This record gives sequence, structure tokens and C-alpha cells, in this order.
Amino acid sequence: MDNESLKAKVVAYTEKVVKASAKFPERKNIEYNRLYTPLDLEGMDYETDLGLPGSYPFTRGVQPTMYRGRFWTMRMYAGFSTAEESNKRYRYLLESGSTGLSCAFDLPTQIGYDSDDVISEGEVGKVGVAIDSLADMEILFDQIDLGKVSTSMTINAPASVLLAMYIAVAEKNGIGADKLQGTIQNDILKEYAARGTYIFPPKPSMRLITNIFEYCSKNVPNWNTISISGYHIREAGSTAAQEIAFTIADGIAYCEAAIKAGLDVDAFAGRLSFFWNAHNNVLEEVAKFRASRRVWAKIMKERFGAKNPKSWMLRVHTQTAGSMLTAQQPENNIVRVALQTAAAVMGGTQSLHTNSKDEAMALPTEDSVRVALRTQQIVAYESGLADVVDPLAGSYYVEAMTNQIEAEALAYIQKIDDIGGAVVAIEQGYIQREIQDSAYKWQKEIENNDRIIVGVNKFQIEEKPVEGLLRVDASVGELQKKKLAALRAKRDNVAVTAALAKLEAACGDEEVNLMPIIMEAVKTYATLGEICNVMRKVFGEYQAQATL
Amino acid sequence: MNIADELLNGSRLALSRAITAVENEHDDAVAIMQKLYAHTGNAHVIGITGPPGAGKSTLTDKLAKEYRRQGKTVGIVAIDPTSPFSGGAILGDRIRMNDLTLDPGVFIRSMGTRGSLGGLSQKTAEAVKIMDAAGKDIILVETVGVGQSEVDIVKTADTIIVVLVPGLGDDIQAIKAGILEIGDIFAINKADYDGVDRLNTELEMMLDLNQVKTNWRPPIKRVISHRGEGITELADSIVQQAAYSKESGQFTQRRTERTKSELLAMLDEQLGRHVRKVLSSGGKIDQLVTSVEKREKNPYTVVSDVMESILR
Amino acid sequence: MEKRVRILVAKPGLDGHDRGAKVVARALRDAGFEVIYTGLRQTPEQIAEAALQEDVNVIALSLLSGAHNHLFPRIVDLIRKSGMTDVLMIGGGVIPDSDIPSLKAAGIAEVFTPGTSTTTIIDYIHANVK
Repeated sequence: MDNESLKAKVVAYTEKVVKASAKFPERKNIEYNRLYTPLDLEGMDYETDLGLPGSYPFTRGVQPTMYRGRFWTMRMYAGFSTAEESNKRYRYLLESGSTGLSCAFDLPTQIGYDSDDVISEGEVGKVGVAIDSLADMEILFDQIDLGKVSTSMTINAPASVLLAMYIAVAEKNGIGADKLQGTIQNDILKEYAARGTYIFPPKPSMRLITNIFEYCSKNVPNWNTISISGYHIREAGSTAAQEIAFTIADGIAYCEAAIKAGLDVDAFAGRLSFFWNAHNNVLEEVAKFRASRRVWAKIMKERFGAKNPKSWMLRVHTQTAGSMLTAQQPENNIVRVALQTAAAVMGGTQSLHTNSKDEAMALPTEDSVRVALRTQQIVAYESGLADVVDPLAGSYYVEAMTNQIEAEALAYIQKIDDIGGAVVAIEQGYIQREIQDSAYKWQKEIENNDRIIVGVNKFQIEEKPVEGLLRVDASVGELQKKKLAALRAKRDNVAVTAALAKLEAACGDEEVNLMPIIMEAVKTYATLGEICNVMRKVFGEYQAQATL
Repeated sequence: MNIADELLNGSRLALSRAITAVENEHDDAVAIMQKLYAHTGNAHVIGITGPPGAGKSTLTDKLAKEYRRQGKTVGIVAIDPTSPFSGGAILGDRIRMNDLTLDPGVFIRSMGTRGSLGGLSQKTAEAVKIMDAAGKDIILVETVGVGQSEVDIVKTADTIIVVLVPGLGDDIQAIKAGILEIGDIFAINKADYDGVDRLNTELEMMLDLNQVKTNWRPPIKRVISHRGEGITELADSIVQQAAYSKESGQFTQRRTERTKSELLAMLDEQLGRHVRKVLSSGGKIDQLVTSVEKREKNPYTVVSDVMESILR
Repeated sequence: MEKRVRILVAKPGLDGHDRGAKVVARALRDAGFEVIYTGLRQTPEQIAEAALQEDVNVIALSLLSGAHNHLFPRIVDLIRKSGMTDVLMIGGGVIPDSDIPSLKAAGIAEVFTPGTSTTTIIDYIHANVK
């Protein structure tokens, strides 16, 4: 086949289609061509652009065997109410076949407030588990062998404290930190840009992050010290290309900060991990995953000069898109999640959380979370999608989309570089504005019926109120307050005061790695709020510069 | 509620309602202002202007906190552009002054430019008077300096601070000339950014060229407002400027000019309104327009005739 | 008459999800309203005081963290105590249908749940603002 002949055929085909559209008009507003051919991949080279799975540039996957060797980790994000309740849910999930833990903390915990703080009123235990001290952490992992299970903790601003608590719990159970596997999200830049659970300003936050990189490289070598997140950026309304571009820009900022702090890139880069969204457009998502791996690999090798291949690999956890769940006809969400799961699997994720059907309205019940987990298991065992590595490679559309998303992402990354990097771009509100513009555009499309959401602006029914939603009892707050009072009475308050004073001094000295000192404080049963208040005192609080 | 009386008694709700009354031109607006006027003239009014992105709101927030530390009460009028398409506005300056919301010594009011021709500076002036009558020691008026209205607003202040930032892509030339000429003090914000020295030099050169016939050479203060750095020094320069202004008579002269231009503006407005009202009855204006369009009459004669009939 | 309807869009409590609040704020601006957006982490006291100083006609509360039953009625209470009697108070976010009756009884005029179009909110405000 020669290109000229194919080109001519494509031209003729297009004319035919345009003529036929007069009779049957095409649906509007589809961004992509209707057809992709080898012409769209002109100039591509298999070796340099794709390679083999497990080899640079990792377009086809970071492991050679991918799911043939081992399925992705089925890691369901969970947590609510008290540590006792959440512990029950974790053990239920492990019994049901999930292969990793994922902890959701309540907002006071995420923002470094104790349950008895005035600002925590009404929020305790609502969006995740309330952890006020090491005592709660011990209950959270009761009867769970931290030497065998890997745990992801969605905690950012106070990640150092929760990590310290986790290590302390393991220690108490005779498990050394070097055996521990897991992840802390620890990605403060996306908090400023899209998620909102920040505490301190950028500079001290970056210090805490690089302290954690350094501490773990020596003491907790199997731990993923950061989950650089695009999920939330996408949820806030960005496009697929923006999702990976802004996240990778954040990743670049973290690498630069760590190198500036004196770390060798290969000492920490192998333990960086990422977090993508699995959105509705199945094939676009697959292309996005593949593009992200290639972009990151090139940046790590060429821009940062990393030598260890592990440093070039973009390992990713994925969550299906929460913002695409509808309150209308919630059963439909099961279908959405199944398609999003297929996308994540064909995209090559290392671990996956699937949302439950009721999550547009509440946290999931045991029954609905089981279906969400089964969705992953059905895709894994029954669909064949996990049987072949990177099955969509070679598809004219998917390869063209991979190239296109890569190009778009690189343009955004360049723009952010020109502004001065992700930190400055966030300070100036550039990233936030781009996200908001995309979010507004999306909403307008829905309201103009240019974008159809089934059950919401088409195929609506008369909705019956949904029954049986999970409710977090308002008494959780009172319970935690009582626990705190008892804790404060029981513990050695002299030791607590001493540890907090030591922490305050250390915070003021930029050369000191805060992790060991936080570990000490945590073991005296100083509370999360007490520890964070010391840091607030020295570091100050971030002043949001909202842009609208 | 008797708004004026309750305002003078310290009611924050009355203060708020008073501003609404003048902004929306309620029937009782004039009566309220009449009652309050005698209580005005005490506050030090500081205008803060500059291009978008200069960090004016953050600077305003920090300056207000500095004044609170000194035991002074503060009123803030924060002005944002109204969309010319929809007539709506996002009034987003308040977000950078969150700490001040619960301080009983601070009152913050956001206003949209509302696209009116010249009406904005009048309404801002009235909001300032209202806060003045309510006893605020300092009133900060913060506005984006990109339109003539906004320049007019800050011209009525006792002290005008122009806020600039290095490297926002523009040379000074690109910034509206009117603002640069009226600045009593220049604040270079985000002074830790690249290009601060260059901007400083450019400003000095511009000030050399525009040397006005006064003895006050506008100082250039460097601040990093989100860190609160340079704020005390900025406040000091405001004190110095105010002292100079009073000693040299500039203070009184400006206030007199302000009163005069306000009076004339109010007269213009009332007269204009009256003329429009007269002409709109019985469709008179449309008849006149048609006759001018058809060249039956010329507009100069029309105006002359209308003026004569109204002033008779 | 220069009257514009002034709306305070507020995020009470610790919830950091502001996509909805920002989309609604923009839509309200495009519909001709003056919108004061408070940003995140507002206490009920801050919201009530901002509403008073800005003399708003509408307060729109956005909350996705489940703390609405605690926070919304407190805000209504503070607004009433401050003497602002004509403010239209509406809410939105992740709020189960079963919680809406008690929120309405507490003084929230309407609650807009996921999937609501901005047009619905705008029409409601036009029809109900005093």
C-alpha cells in the first residue's frame, strides 16, 4: 500500500461521508476525527516511540509481564466514623478479595485538627476515619498484618504525622519499617490547585515532603513517598491532557525541590508514584495513560538525568471518576464504573479503586462497595482485557491519540516552565484558571445538551428517593471527644510537652529532618492537632489566593 | 430602621444598608446622606490602584492589619469590574481579607463598576463618606486601574498608592499613564521576583521626567505583601506623605477640588436626569431625534431650544 | 434604578471541593448578578458577617462533606440574629434527599442536589429573591 493511494482514498471517503451527513447529520461536538488510518501515524517508530513493556519509554507499560504476572492491586478507598468502624470495613474488604488497603481520613484529620477542635464540629468521621492520635491508628489496623498488606493513605499536609503513626503501629507489632509497603499521597501542590486540604504555605510544605523522601529512602525503602495526583485536578474539571500536564509539572517541582535539598535523583525517584482518574471516554483514557508514561520517562531521563530505569517509570494508582457518578438512576453508575475500569486496565494501571453506585449521595454501604470490587474482579477474571499486555497498541486511533495528548501535555508543561514552574503557576492562579475554564465549558455543554449525561439531561425518569444510604452518626464527634479526654488524662504529659518543644525548635531549623522528631512525638501520644499546631506556629498557614 | 441614626449609633447593619441605598439609588438615599454629611471629613482616605495581578487585595489586607495594630478602625471599599456583557460581576477581593471579616474594627464592602458612565466614582465617594460618618479612621479604596472611572476614584483620595509588580510582562509604558502621574507612593509588590531592580529604575526615570511642581518626590517602597514584608515601612511613608500634604496645603487643596468636582458632578447628574425626564415625556426625544436625522433641524439648534425652554 | 441582586457564594466548614461553587458563581455572574465568593473554610460567623457587610439578597451555601445538618441551620440562625430578615438562603452539594425537609424547616429555602442545572438555580433566584 502506498501513502498517496491511501491519501486519495481517505479524501474520497471523507467526501462520501460529508454527502451522507446531509441526510443523516453527524452528532455534533466530537473532538476527534471519525476515522484513523496509518496516515495518522506517519513518522512513528516502534522502537523509540513505543518499545516493549518494561522498557524505556514505557509507553506500553512499566512492567514486562503486567497483568499476566499479577493483577493490578484492587485497592478500595475506605474509612468513615471511628477507627473501630473503619477497621471492620478494612477487614471486610480484605476478606472479599481486595489486595491492598486504602485509608480515607476525615477532614479534621486531613487538615491537622483534633476531633474536639471547634472547627471540627459536624465534620468528625464524615468523609473518612477520625484519627486523633497513635491510639486511634492502633485500633484502625487491629488484626491486620502490616507486614503482609500494603496500605495507601490519602493524607497530604500532615502526611508526615500519619506516616509516623503507621510506622509506630508496625513497630509495636514487631514489624520493622524496612518491611513496610504502601503509599502516602503527600502531594501538597494539588491541594493548593484543586483539592483544598492544605495547612502550611508552600516552602515549609516542600521541606516536609523532601524530609519524607530522605527519611524513607534510608528507613522505609519499599514505601511510595508520594502519589503525585491528577485525579483531583480532573475532578475539579480539567481535560485529560491538563490532568497529566499539571500533575507532571507538579512532579517536576517535587524533583527540583528534592535535588535542591541535596538528594540524588535516583535516591528518591524510584519511589515516586502517580494517581490518575479513569474517566468516561474509554479510549481517550487509555491514550492518556500511555502518553503519561512516555512523557514522564523522557523527563526523568533527559531533564533530570536519572540513571536508574526505576526512576523513569511512571507507576500509577487509578480511581474511577467520582464526578461522573449521577444521583439520578444510581444503578447506571455501576455501568459507568465498569467502563472506567476497562479503561484503567487497558491503560495499564498498577492499582485501582472503583467507586460505588451510591457515591453521588453518600459513602458506600457494604453491599454497594462489594459490587464495586466485583467489577474489578469480573474485568480481571472474565473479560480477557488483562490477558494481553497493552492490547490497544497499534490501533491507529489510540496511537494517534497518545501522540496528541502527549503533545498537548508538553505544551502545557512548557507554558508552566515559562511561568517559572508549578509553584509559581499556582501562586499566580494559572493552573486554577485553566481548570475552572474547562469546568465551566463542560457545564455549559451539558446545559446546552451538547454533552449528554444519561439520566440527567436525557432519559430522565421520575426519581424515587434512594433508601438505605450509609449515614455517619452525629455522635461520632462526641465519642472522639471522650476518647481524647481519656487519652490526655492517661498519657505522660511531661513527655508530650518535651517532644512538642523539641519539634518546635526543629521546625525552625531548615537543616533538620523532621521525621525522627515527629516519630518521637507520635509515640508519646501527642495528638495530631497538637503536633500540627506546633508546625502552624512556626510555619504559618497558607493563605488561599482564590481566582475566579 | 432609621438608617442614618442607627449608623451614627454604631450599627453595622445600618452602615451596610446605607451603602446599598446609595448604590441602588433608593428614595431615601439623599435623606440619609444629608443626615450623615456633617459627620464626614475625619477619615484618612487612601486609594490603592494598579494593574490586575499586582496583589492589591493582599496588600490592602496587610495594610489594614497594620492599622489595626495601631488601634485604628478601618473601612475598605473593594471595586471589581462589572461584565459589560451580562451586567454581573465576581467581586472577589474579599477572599484575600478573610482574617478581617470578624474584626469588629474593620468593615469591608465590595462594589462592581456597574458599567455606568462616571456614576461609579460618585457612588464610591458616597460609600467612603458613609464609612467616614460611621467613624472609621482609615478608609482604603482598592480598585483596578485600567479604566478612566477607576482613575477618577482614586483621584479623590488623600493618599494614592500605585501598586506594581516586576515582570508581569509589561513595561511601565503599557500601564495607563493617568495612574502613574497621580501616585503619591509607589509600592513594588512581589519584590522577591526577578526584574524588581529594573522596574525600580524605570519608575525613577519616569518620576524624573514627570517632575511635578511639588516638593514631594513619590517614594518607591518594596513590599512582599503575602509575607507581610515592607508593610510597616509603607505605612510610615503614608504618614510622611500625609504630613507633607497637610503642611504644604496640598491636603486642603485636594479636598476642596474633590468637593468641587463632586458638587459639579452631582449637579450635572441631576440636571442631566431632569432633561432626560422632560424629553422622555410624550416621546419628545424621539421626535427630536427624527427631525435631526432627517436634517429638518440641526442638533445645535435643538439643544439651544431645549436649554432655553428648561431654564426659562 | 441601578439595583443588582447581590449573592454570597460560600463554602462553610472544611470541605475543599469548590468546582461546583465556582461554576455556579460564574453562571450567576453571566446571568447579571453580583457575586461575592468567600473562598474555602468559612465559619458560620464569617459567612453571616460577610453577608451583613455586603448586604446580600441571597446566600448560596455549597457543601460536599456531610456537615450540612450541623452548619446550615447555624448560619440561618446567625443571619436572623443579625437583623437581616429578607435574605434568600439556598444550599447545594452532596446532600441526601432525606435531609432536605429538616434543612427547609431550619430556613434553607431550597437545596440543589447533584445534576441540577445552573439555569434552574438562576430561575429560582429570580422567582424568589425579595
